[in-house]
Amino acid sequence: MMKLKSCYAGVDVGASRTKVAILDHSKNLIGHAVKKSGTDFTATADTCLAMALKMAGTPKSDIRNTISTGYGRKNVSFARDTKTEIGCHAKGCFLYFPFATTIIDIGGQDNKVIKLDASGKRTGFKMNRKCAAGTGAFLEEMALRLDVSLKEMDGLASQSENMIKLGSFCTVFSATEVLENIRRGKKLPDIVKGVYYSMIKRVLEMDALTEKVVMTGGVVAHNAFMVKMAEEMIGRKILVPEYPQLTGAIGAALYAMQP
Amino acid sequence: MQDNLTYEGVFMTTDKDKVKRVKLKAASKLNQIMADYFYELDAAAKAKEPKIAWCTSVGPAEILRAMGFLVFFPENHGAMLGASRMATDLLPIADAQGYSPEICSYLRADIGAYLSKTTPIAKSYKGIEGVPRPDVLAFNTNQCRDVQDWFTWYAKKLDVPVIGIHTHRGVGKVTQNHIDSIATQLKDLIKPLEYISGNKFDLDKLKQVVALSKECSILWKKVLDTARNVPSPFTFFDGTIHMGPAVVLRGTQQANDFYQLLLNELEERVTNNIAAVPHEQHRIYWDGMPVWGRLRDHSELFSDLNANVLASTYCNSWIFSAFDPDDPFNSMARAYTELFIVRSDDFKETYIKEMLNAFKVDGIIYHDAKCCPNNSNASYGMPQRLERATGVPSITINADLNDLRLISDEQTKTNVEAFIEQLEENQS
Ligand code: SF4
Repeated sequence: MMKLKSCYAGVDVGASRTKVAILDHSKNLIGHAVKKSGTDFTATADTCLAMALKMAGTPKSDIRNTISTGYGRKNVSFARDTKTEIGCHAKGCFLYFPFATTIIDIGGQDNKVIKLDASGKRTGFKMNRKCAAGTGAFLEEMALRLDVSLKEMDGLASQSENMIKLGSFCTVFSATEVLENIRRGKKLPDIVKGVYYSMIKRVLEMDALTEKVVMTGGVVAHNAFMVKMAEEMIGRKILVPEYPQLTGAIGAALYAMQP
Repeated sequence: MQDNLTYEGVFMTTDKDKVKRVKLKAASKLNQIMADYFYELDAAAKAKEPKIAWCTSVGPAEILRAMGFLVFFPENHGAMLGASRMATDLLPIADAQGYSPEICSYLRADIGAYLSKTTPIAKSYKGIEGVPRPDVLAFNTNQCRDVQDWFTWYAKKLDVPVIGIHTHRGVGKVTQNHIDSIATQLKDLIKPLEYISGNKFDLDKLKQVVALSKECSILWKKVLDTARNVPSPFTFFDGTIHMGPAVVLRGTQQANDFYQLLLNELEERVTNNIAAVPHEQHRIYWDGMPVWGRLRDHSELFSDLNANVLASTYCNSWIFSAFDPDDPFNSMARAYTELFIVRSDDFKETYIKEMLNAFKVDGIIYHDAKCCPNNSNASYGMPQRLERATGVPSITINADLNDLRLISDEQTKTNVEAFIEQLEENQS
């Protein structure tokens, strides 16, 4: 008789992207998917699950349990329960970095700073959602102003030789400053690096950091140079999991695994 | 089905079916005495007697009452505007008059309401058309300078005299100098009040009012202290509703009768082990003001997570332990100066530490109200210092007492859920 595989799914319905992670019983990531959340969270979550299952090569019936998280966590029809994105990010990170850390997650519309002790327990967290400064939404707005695609930004920033500094955190004011710099003939890479710098500064001021720092989230996944800049700013190496954007979904799958 | 609830002494009409909170029997008595309070004020405003004083929430209500005034509290009106969610539409009207969107959203909602000729009082109490017109405005800068600006605006608008007490702020140890200066200012109010009221000051009457106020204060403290029990029979959200008489009727027998009734009911709950939040698992302290327009949502948010917000800095603001009928001026000066909001951060931290112990608190919520730095304690590192000193974790919610445009419900919800999740995981 064929032994049933058992796996666990985590769904992270973010304001910007929906992520699904499927873990096998040994906590290996066997399938995953990322898609724009769009306006129908339920449908997007279903599609992501189908994609992730396809990648894992397992039927839906192998999933023992599913936990959803994120902004649209209540919209996932196939989830048994929900957990907050704070809890899921903490769990997802601790799987790869099992020691005391400060996690910085830069998402599409919010940032989180989460502190974990050596046993993985959360000792505190901070979220920033009232203002889009320092989030992916800020980056998107700046890309629009600069007429470059989000994909191009990381490459551009890394070419900068003379970074400009933005005085304001505010997305709208920063956009004006960006336009002002374009008008003055500043180089595109220097402006993009300035945008990155502004974002990191905004995030770093949210909380004091501990020795080990982990960065996660979609912005980190697609902007490796930003992590490099952050390392320079804090003067030490920053840990990044293999799939930074999936951290919350992986954490949710780990919750799903708990009895 | 309609029901009346009171917020900081003011009634709101609500949809009863939506109310999840375990209702206290004393609430109907509360409804009645609060209605009487507003109708009495309305009748006085119409008959032009007795005279009406507008007063800040802390005081000097005792003196005004002793001089024969009926007392109306604009801050309650501000809270009512918040609870009815009328404030959000009225705030921009005051902003357009030159008030910054960063300052007191009670003041701005209230002035906006005046300029728009609207009030939730008229909506809740048939026959009442507006707020009772004052004969005098008496402020106390105990809590902030905003109240002075607020009352001065009305003084000019309505051509009514304004008098006030300028309090010390950031007080560490309360010294005789503090007491002397406030007591002198209190005494200086007598002459103008005699002139406005046409009544001669009567020291015995003041002693009687202070005695009643003291009793009210003692009873209110006992009510709040029932939440020390595990499980707690009372919540912070109940407190914000039931503190009405302690604010607007302090110094009257009705207030004291009400609190005796409420206390009996809560003690009965304690005896019978009845929890205000069934399955109470987490005991939470609330620092800062309530978010009036989200009182019910917040109450349900916590109770759904088996968390009881059961103690607060805010509800304790109407405890005036120092009142002494035999020495009314000095004891009022002391009571007003000993209040939390007037004190230094050192004092505040010690105070909160004692509260955490006494109420067996697992976590703290700081409400950082955008428009009231005076009632917000999260801006100068206090949460971090207290957490280091006590090990009790906390989160800060960025919101406002009245301005719902400054609130992200989703952010609040996620923060609170994640916080309770953290408490739960760390407990197990
Ligand atoms: S203490 Fe705050 S809410 Fe109260 S009147 Fe002053 S500014 Fe307004």
